[in-house]
Amino acid sequence: MDRDASHRIFPLGDSALTVEFGNVITPELNQKAIALANCIENSPFPGLIETVPAYTTTTIFYDLVEVRRSFSEFPTAFEAVNRIASDMVAGLDESPPDDSRLVEISVIFDRESEFDLGHVANEHGLSIDQVIDIFTSTAYRLYMLGFLPGFSYMGEVDERIATPRKETPRTLVPKGSIGIAGKQTGIYSLASPGGWQIIGRTEVEMFTPNNDSPTYLDAGDEVRFIEAK
Amino acid sequence: MSLLFEKPGILTTVQDLGRPGYRRFGINPSGVMDRCASRLVNILVGNDETEAVVEMHFPAAQIVFESDSIFAIGGADLGAEIDGEAIENWRPTFAAKHTTLKFTRKNSGHRAYLAVSGGFKLEKWLGSASTNLTACVGGVGGRKLVAGDILELRQTHTRPNRDISHVKVSTSLLPFYSRFPTVRITAGAEYQLLSEVGRELLTGQDLTITNTSDRMGFRLSGEPISLSKPLELLSSAVDFGTIQLLPDGQLIVLMADHQTTGGYPRIAHVISQDLPLMAQLGPGDKVGFHLIEHAEAEQLAIDFERELRFFRVGCKFQAQTWTK
Repeated sequence: MDRDASHRIFPLGDSALTVEFGNVITPELNQKAIALANCIENSPFPGLIETVPAYTTTTIFYDLVEVRRSFSEFPTAFEAVNRIASDMVAGLDESPPDDSRLVEISVIFDRESEFDLGHVANEHGLSIDQVIDIFTSTAYRLYMLGFLPGFSYMGEVDERIATPRKETPRTLVPKGSIGIAGKQTGIYSLASPGGWQIIGRTEVEMFTPNNDSPTYLDAGDEVRFIEAK
Repeated sequence: MSLLFEKPGILTTVQDLGRPGYRRFGINPSGVMDRCASRLVNILVGNDETEAVVEMHFPAAQIVFESDSIFAIGGADLGAEIDGEAIENWRPTFAAKHTTLKFTRKNSGHRAYLAVSGGFKLEKWLGSASTNLTACVGGVGGRKLVAGDILELRQTHTRPNRDISHVKVSTSLLPFYSRFPTVRITAGAEYQLLSEVGRELLTGQDLTITNTSDRMGFRLSGEPISLSKPLELLSSAVDFGTIQLLPDGQLIVLMADHQTTGGYPRIAHVISQDLPLMAQLGPGDKVGFHLIEHAEAEQLAIDFERELRFFRVGCKFQAQTWTK
């Protein structure tokens, strides 16, 4: 384990390790995770397979045999990659990037739908229009993609409409559904079982397998929802 | 030059060693459950070990060879027969045009792998032929095989003028398959948070694979395990072999189709070398975990690769003598 209090590094099995910058959701910690992942992808070491930035972590997947062959001065592949990651963390540029994309997504809020817009309004003693106003008045940071191909985890949802997950998940949430889970919001890129409170839907394809870049959004994006008229 | 699937089997998919590089977009690597079996059957027929194979469960497929071919089967022993004649696992075998491959009984294991010399003609998605059943892409139309599906072959072989089945995988390369294996694990990030009793329960009891176990993950059932204090984690990357502790105290082992990220405590990880043992288990089978040091897990993987190298060279040489 690294002694530097700003992060800790631990193995994720024998072929990956995770660098953890903290355990609260903040744009700053998330930016570190994304920056580290990009830094490693831009100067890959022999044996690197891929990196996965999440809320506050970057996980580095590697071919342990290849790493051991290329870094024989280290007793284990874990220690070799640990060193590479630690050096990169120390050299990270802490300044926020000025190139974060702002993406506007058109949302259909179906006031009569069988989904959870009404439930969210009732829970908070608001009208449906108030919920929509509050939801669309903020820009959300896209912290990470995960769960499904192209599923986005975004935050933070205003306290006034933040709503816990459904107690019993739906067996099928339609593709394009926009949900709330606590202070997170996200878009179901594919039809899937799911427990988030569904408040709207978009017709923008979040996952297009045959595009050069198969997901519409990426970690670090800033997302604003616009009500479709 | 093709294979015709007369009967598809219950869950037959095209897989290879997976689709790395896209986890950060939420696209998991998919790929075979038993990587060792897949690599070995490919090597046996002279293929690159990253070549796509057919992964089958029982009841498995009924397959007609529409051209003379050389194939190998490994992993589970599902009682393979060609026109009624028993075929042994882990040997290259010649199949004449119009003969039929059937799987007659479940002798051992849960997933069998079929490799054909020269490989299948498949369109790749993001560099891999693996079927991703969640995203409905890869493999054959992003789905499991159905009756009437045809897999085109890249190569045909004339009947070899001598027996080719004398080549067999040496037992030292084969995983120690069992319905009740001891599977080696390394400590996960939250292992230290287990109570004393929890740690004993992790390695000191037989855990049963439950019915809710599939290519995404195996849910285990045993005496519940608890953390010394409750814990909430932010979602972070997980991997094939990650053992998570669910809120009800039961364990789940993530398998080939696992989600890219998860938020349950990561108690331990199945070592890469023993994932094939897990992959051949099914509902009702039992597993016991044995904790080893991280360095030992790495060394086991390295030792295996060294041994595999010799076998690969031998098989390549053998395959060169086959007439195409």
